[in-house]
Amino acid sequence: MYLIKRKSILSDTIFLMEVVAPRVAKNCQPGQFVIIRVDENGERIPLTICDYDREEGIITIVTQTMGATTSKMMQLKEGEYLHDFAGPLGRPSDLITDDFEEVRKKKILFVAGGLGTAPVYPQVKWLHEHGIAADVIIGAKTKDLIIYENEMRAVAGNVYVTTDDGSYGRKGLVTQVISDLVENEGKKYDLCVSIGPMIMMKFCTLTTKKYGIPTIVSMNPIMVDGTGMCGACRLTVGDEVKFACIDGPEFDGFKVNFDEAMERMSLYRTEEGRALLRFREGATHHGGCGNCDGGDK
Amino acid sequence: MRVPISEQDPLVRAGNFDEVCLGYTEEEAVAEASRCLNCKVPMCVKGCPVGVDIPGFIAALKDNDIPEAYARLSKCTTLPAVCGRVCPQETQCESKCVKGIKDDAIAIGKLERYVADKARAAGIKPASSAAPNGHKVAVVGSGPSGLTCAGDLAKLGYEVTIFEALHEAGGVLTYGIPEFRLPKEKVVKPEIDNLKKLGVKIETNVIVGKSVTIDSLMEDEGFEAVFIGSGAGLPMFMNIPGENAKGVFSANEFLTRNNLMKAFTEDSDTPIYKPARVAVVGGGNVAMDAARTALRLGSAVTIIYRRSEEELPARKEEVHHAKEEGIIFEMLTNPVEILVNENHFVSGIKCVRMELGEPDQSGRRRPVPVEGSEFVIETDAVIMALGTSPNPLIASTTPGLETNKRRCIVAEEEFGKTSKEGVFAGGDAVTGAATVILAMGAGKAAAKGIDAYIKGKES
Repeated sequence: MYLIKRKSILSDTIFLMEVVAPRVAKNCQPGQFVIIRVDENGERIPLTICDYDREEGIITIVTQTMGATTSKMMQLKEGEYLHDFAGPLGRPSDLITDDFEEVRKKKILFVAGGLGTAPVYPQVKWLHEHGIAADVIIGAKTKDLIIYENEMRAVAGNVYVTTDDGSYGRKGLVTQVISDLVENEGKKYDLCVSIGPMIMMKFCTLTTKKYGIPTIVSMNPIMVDGTGMCGACRLTVGDEVKFACIDGPEFDGFKVNFDEAMERMSLYRTEEGRALLRFREGATHHGGCGNCDGGDK
Repeated sequence: MRVPISEQDPLVRAGNFDEVCLGYTEEEAVAEASRCLNCKVPMCVKGCPVGVDIPGFIAALKDNDIPEAYARLSKCTTLPAVCGRVCPQETQCESKCVKGIKDDAIAIGKLERYVADKARAAGIKPASSAAPNGHKVAVVGSGPSGLTCAGDLAKLGYEVTIFEALHEAGGVLTYGIPEFRLPKEKVVKPEIDNLKKLGVKIETNVIVGKSVTIDSLMEDEGFEAVFIGSGAGLPMFMNIPGENAKGVFSANEFLTRNNLMKAFTEDSDTPIYKPARVAVVGGGNVAMDAARTALRLGSAVTIIYRRSEEELPARKEEVHHAKEEGIIFEMLTNPVEILVNENHFVSGIKCVRMELGEPDQSGRRRPVPVEGSEFVIETDAVIMALGTSPNPLIASTTPGLETNKRRCIVAEEEFGKTSKEGVFAGGDAVTGAATVILAMGAGKAAAKGIDAYIKGKES
């Protein structure tokens, strides 16, 4: 059992937890993830590490209520426990493992979408601690879903905020900001790191490809064990099949087959919807609609 | 004649996850035990990778003395209720039984499970440990090899901690082998609890190579020796078109969802795909387990295997059970492409017929495609049960640990010694995918090796 030391609500649906997990905190690096289970019947879900405190033995995770598991998680309070918390999993970000002198020469742009802003943070922070100021674009549907802005400003070079509906910052998609920066504001970048929804990462790579900026993406497919054992997270990268859990989660964005990855994400959509209904409606969900196997039908 | 054992009716069990074999009654067990000749030179023991005192426990069972029979068993094995269920006895102990020459071999496996089940029901504890000797040993992985190694070392007085990557102990006994062959609450958990009673600690959610390294276990946490029993590793695929479509799974994924995550129960939050038709590719025990699991989840199941029925690597009993339950076997058939519908779901599997040619390296006749024999099996899902390749996680984070061409950890067979001092290994991580009992044998050998190594350092 893993203690939730602190919980904070970042928006209607997004929340942050600081969890006591000393072994993970001791050995993790930016770019890696953990697998958690909320309770003894819980699913194993992967979450990217958003911050860590090695001395206190604490890992920060940020998530959004999407299905039954994340909804249950949202209801947990400070002082309560997550049933399981395993990691760190996956490879650290290349920025951390590559030759530092090479990394230092690069002008780096991070493109963060919605919840993906949280896992961008430890990478930008790591660079900041090593004397590198990276630029960051933070994008979300609307103002309420912009997270980590102040934290990011403290460690980044320039931070550009944009919302789809224009309720905060610039108006438009992150891809538009990339174009504006490169075409109209005279920015030059040698590397882009994009973390967010798959659809955003796809269009981000299409844009950066146009400008010849090599782009790393962090993939978040369906996983079970997270250690290479099940192969659920397999992706086509170039002409190879890779497992996101052990070969990734970060890959060369120009090589990832996003369309296939997005299709694979939708495999359990019906089942996940049913599980969420069961959770939300509890005993009142009787499955009378005939469309599902919930309740006491 | 062997005393027949009762099983759930095939048509009934095809719809539930309860155990297939119902086990002997007291009368049946004693009658079967009484057939044993108690040979002076027991050949059966030679056929057992862990050298269980087979005539000894059977002799006690003849007198219906369960405590004594169990004491004799548990002296040699930590997992008798498991072995009695999943060992391939027909090719091991029972194949050597003298009685089997003119008659049926003694049902050693069924008697072993009878004794273990009875002892558990009566609350009989396993043989106790020696006094603590003050030495710490780490075991990586809580599957059959790790549990056996840990149990043997604990009995010798070592302070043993097992590190398990998943959230539950048991390895393949928990995530791989299904409930209907190996019940978890009734059999696996109590055997693991017995180990804890011996003083073995189990720390779950620790991925050695990630959460901690072998070096840090030895240098920072005071473990004098480490046994690596991390298991088989990454599932293999065929690399044919359509393999990443929705509805293609590795057997590992499908079985883990069902067994470890309990997707077959109402309470589980983990989804599992339950379409009308499922095709399973492969012919080993894992293929049979995946096929019979899909059947129980409500699918019509076809097993596709490229050689003939004679070469099926699965246990005869499993094949027989699968057939009884209504699974269709398409032998001498090899997939060439997975067909996909407009929504990117599997719609069929294109196969070729095969014929057997000259024997290959394994001594089995090599299957060769029959030209122009392509045909389609309509299906909604494909489960690939083609074996595994070793997980590089530990080898890549442990300097000085040698691996071979197949990326398996190199370990001496006799005592499991690796190229790195104080580090021993066994089970699938060394041999590639094999059986529970071979892994247990390796765990047992390594326990002896570790004991000798630590005592050698002392003197």
